[in-house]
Formats: sequence, C-alpha cells, structure tokens
Amino acid sequence: MARIDLEHIRHSYLPNPRADADYALKEVHQSLEDGGAYALLGPSGCGKTTLLNIISGLLRPSEGCLLFDGEDVSDRSTQERNIAQVFQFPVIYDTMTVYDNLAFPLRNRGLPEGEVDRKVREIIGIIGLADRAKRKARGLTADQKQKISLGRGLVRSDVNAILFDEPLTVIDPHMKWVLRSQLKQLHKRFGYTMVYVTHDQTEALTFADRVVVMYDGEIVQIGTPDELFERPKHTFVGYFIGSPGMNVVPVSVQGRTAHFGGQAITLPGAPEGSMTGPVELGIRPEYVRLGREGMPVTISKVEDIGRRKIVRASLEGKEIAVIVGEDGEIPAEPHVAFDPAGINIYADSRRVELGG
Amino acid sequence: MQKTWNNKAWFLVLPVLLLVAFSAIIPLMTVVNYSVQDTFGRNEFFWAGTAWFEEVLASDRFWDSMGRNLAFSAIILAIEIPLGIFIALNMPRSGWGVPVCLVLMALPLLIPWNVVGTIWQVFGRIDIGLLGRGLWELGIDYNYVNDPFAAWVTVIIMDVWHWTSLVVLLCYAGLVSIPDAYYQAAKIDGASRWAVFRYIQLPKMNRVLLIAVLLRFMDSFMIYTEPFVVTGGGPGNTTTFLSIDLVKLAIGEFNLGEAAAMSIIYFLIILALSWVFYTVMTNYGAER
Repeated sequence: MARIDLEHIRHSYLPNPRADADYALKEVHQSLEDGGAYALLGPSGCGKTTLLNIISGLLRPSEGCLLFDGEDVSDRSTQERNIAQVFQFPVIYDTMTVYDNLAFPLRNRGLPEGEVDRKVREIIGIIGLADRAKRKARGLTADQKQKISLGRGLVRSDVNAILFDEPLTVIDPHMKWVLRSQLKQLHKRFGYTMVYVTHDQTEALTFADRVVVMYDGEIVQIGTPDELFERPKHTFVGYFIGSPGMNVVPVSVQGRTAHFGGQAITLPGAPEGSMTGPVELGIRPEYVRLGREGMPVTISKVEDIGRRKIVRASLEGKEIAVIVGEDGEIPAEPHVAFDPAGINIYADSRRVELGG
Repeated sequence: MQKTWNNKAWFLVLPVLLLVAFSAIIPLMTVVNYSVQDTFGRNEFFWAGTAWFEEVLASDRFWDSMGRNLAFSAIILAIEIPLGIFIALNMPRSGWGVPVCLVLMALPLLIPWNVVGTIWQVFGRIDIGLLGRGLWELGIDYNYVNDPFAAWVTVIIMDVWHWTSLVVLLCYAGLVSIPDAYYQAAKIDGASRWAVFRYIQLPKMNRVLLIAVLLRFMDSFMIYTEPFVVTGGGPGNTTTFLSIDLVKLAIGEFNLGEAAAMSIIYFLIILALSWVFYTVMTNYGAER
C-alpha cells in the first residue's frame, strides 16, 4: 500500500510538444491517499488511461515525477514499482490452469512454492473460482477471466496499488454489479490503494470514495460523489455527471441578483472576488421547480422514465431540463423557479464561491 | 404444393464434375490402369495384378528415396521452424521497418522454383559461383557435384533460403494479433523474456505454426524442381528424393507399370498424412 504523489506531471505523445494542445495530459499535480478508492472519470480521450499508464510505469511522463510514499519512482520499471493492473479485456495465460495463472506473478518473483500455494488458495477462494482451480483458463467465461486478471493482482500482498482500466467493459450488466460490489468489499477488507478508470458515471460513483473528473487532459475536480453532484467546480462536471446533466445558462450578475434575458434570479449569496470571462448560472434539473409561479417557459417535450419525468422546456429561448416526480402535474401555463440551494455561478466555466 | 427442393438441381454440378473428371479423375485412373497391367508399347496390355505394387514395396530403391526424403523434411523443418520464429520475434512491429521487412521476406517466395534452383546452381559452382569459388579460395573443400555432403548442404540451405520466409510471415501474423495488454500484464506480473515467449507468444502462434509445419512438410515431401536443377539427384543417388526417383523411373527408364504403382503409393501416403494433419488441426480447434 502506498500514497501516490503526482508532481507536476505532463505528458505528450509527440516528440517535441510546444503548444498546450500537444499535451495529452496537461499539468497534473495531485496526491492519492494511501488506501483510497479513486475513480478517474471522463470522456474518451481525456487522458485518464494516459494517467493510469504513467502511474503503472507503462508510460514515462514527458515532464514531472511520480512518488510512492515519498520515494521517486519515475525511473523505475513497471515490475519494480510493484503495482497490479487489470485491463479492459481480460488478460489470462491461455495454456495455464486457473491455479497457475494466479501463481504466475508469485513464481516470477521467486517465492517458495509453499508460500505460493498458501496465497493462491486464499485468493482463489475470494474470487470464487476454487472449484475450477485445475481447469485450463481458456475455457472460462469473460467475467471469470476478468476475475483471474484481478486475482493476479490480489495475490501479491505487497502491491503498492491496484489499477483498473475500464475493467467491466466486456462484462454483462448483471455481473457488473456483482463484481463491483466484490471489489468494494475487497477494498474494505485489504485496504488497497485502488485507482479505477471509467467513462461510466454510475460505475465511478458507486465504486469510489473520491472521484477524479478529467476533461481535456486536466483534472477538473476531485471530490466525493456528493460534492460532484451538489457543487460541480466546472461546468463540464455539471454536464458530465447526472442524467440529464446540469442546466447552464448565460447570465450577468449584479450583487445578489443574476439577470437572464428579462428575468431576475435571486442568488443565495453575492459572488466573492472578481469574475473574468463569460458568466454562467448552473442548476441541476432536480432543483428546478415546475409550477404556476416564477419564470414563464414553453414545454417542448416530456420524457417519462418511470419513477420520474424529464421535462424539456425553453426558458428565454434557452433549452433547460426539469425533473418532476412520477405524479407531478404539468400546468397549462408552465412557470419554473430555481431552488437557491442548487444554484452555482461559473465564471469562465469555473465555479465562483457565493458569500452568505 | 410447390416443392422447395428439386433433384434436377444436381445437373447444375455437372459442368464442374466434367472439368474435375478431365483434370484429375481420368488421369488418375490412367495411372491406376498402368499400375495393374504390363505394357510393351503398341497399346498392348497384360494383366499384372498387384505385382508392381509388391515390387515397389520390396525394392530397396523406393525405401532409400523415402528415407532420404523423410530425412530432408525433418532437417528443413528443424531449421526453418525455429529460425522462422526467431526472425518473426525480432521483426519490427511499427515504423518504416515493417514494410521493408515484409517485402524482403516475401521476395524469395515470389521467385519461380526452377529459377531458385538455377540461382543456387550458379551460386554454388566452384568455377564461377560466388559461394563455390569463395569457399574454394578460403581453402574449404566444397563441391556439390561430387561430394554428397556438400550436395545435401546446398539443397538444404537453398530450401531454407527459399521457404523460411513463409514460416516468418505466418508467425509474424500470429504475433501482431496479440494485444498490447498481454505484454503489459506480463511486465506487471514480472515475467521474464522466456516466460513471455512460452506463455503468451507461443500459445498465440500455435495455430499458425501448425499450418506452417503442415505446409512445409507437404512441400518438402513432394520437392522436385530445386534439387533436380541443382544436383539432378546426384552425386549418385544421394539427393534423389521420391519425386525425382519417380520421374527417373517413369521417363528415364520408361518403366510405366512400376512408376504407376509407386505414384499411387506416394499419393496414398500424402493423402494419409494430409488427413492426419487435418484431424489434428480441427481437433485442436475444437478443444478451445
């Protein structure tokens, strides 16, 4: 187990990067706590796999260095870093039995056979493949193979961290839930430092204690699922997390009032500090109240998704989404009101603190 | 009610059947015809029964050719398969080296067989050939015309030069289909270079290797053109393989009955071996 410090890490796949756009990973300066369960969440191409491969040592960052428990490991090979990684597609050694697959990393490290046997027996029980120990690994199903990949990481009791690169992509939806909860249990039981890359917000929010949201090569926010939902630090986080995402409308702010077209919206507090760049107001559909009072809207579409309805409406010519309950009525002359608790103000896409 | 099938459809196969009959079945039956009869020209035939077959199977000459041919196949397989794997493992996976290597590897395969024979026949000559003359200048006694050992070495090196590329290309195709994640996982598991080969690369090459062994064995078991051009089966009979022996018997000695019997035995051996390989390959697939 180790604490991982990423110190001013930048990475480019080009030999001579100049402009910021040449970097697949722009400045990342962050610590991952010992024993934490982190999810790296972001759309395809945002740099999350790059960051993961830098931690595992499969990639050498163009700039910056990497510390494990305060020790610089930037120049160490993957093997010396002593980490485990589970890949998107299950990687197993076809010709070996399930038992030998799990024993492989230990035997490579020259452990005595007795020790190997003890560890393998323990882990094979945890991943639930004890009855298949002597079978060839190639006949197994995708989720069993992925369990073997995971098991090969778990057998090494001294791993600094276990990294997951979208490990549940090829698994059936039902098995995803099972495997994910098993991962959580393993984390609780052994306290591994785990880093989990995914583009699926449900996976990220259910697996991790802290979610690292990445966008365009940068970390835009690290927080608990709750923080990401209530107080997105970047309009991208608001848009990416939640279904549907946060409503973002352009406003001009004067004191405690935001003006949007002909409407005035009262804010919970006045923005602190100066604001540069375009100013926007973000509010999640869950905090927009549909009723007979407030700002007039025209409704274009109502999507019934079972327990609740998503109302697509136009407010001052801008599309917004509103969530109403299963039995929520939709008035003939609809108006919306913004719940002050859910209002966030953004300047140049970044969140501005509102004073009391 | 309209039938959805009609036996008249079989007539549609007739043209192909006729074609195959003329190209394969009728010539084969002619050979069968010769193998059970004795002929002295003028289209006179006398029934001979299995006499020719008994003669072929009892002759030392046939078994000597067979032995030489099996030894030849074994030697070239023992060289070409490991060498092909070794070269394929060391070929670049990306960049400008890939097309260069692939073209270089494909070149020997594109040369007509008798041209390959001619190239080596000239290359090895001790009067004007670069190899033969060069070795002679170095004081090495190399003369494929009268030294059986030199003749064997020449024929084997020629085959290795000509056909190792095929093994290389097949293995390379198997290797590039391995996803990067396997190598990354192996690094993380601390696998040695040998373990990566043994547990990742070799299993993934298994199928193509089987095809390579099959193709190379069959081809070398039927080899004719190249040794015929280089050594003509000599010195003596030391490089007379089955095909060369068969041609000598049929055309050189005009011993049509015995040659026909030998053809059929040869054909049955090839057929049996093909069946064995086919069974092994399909069973290997079903095991997955």
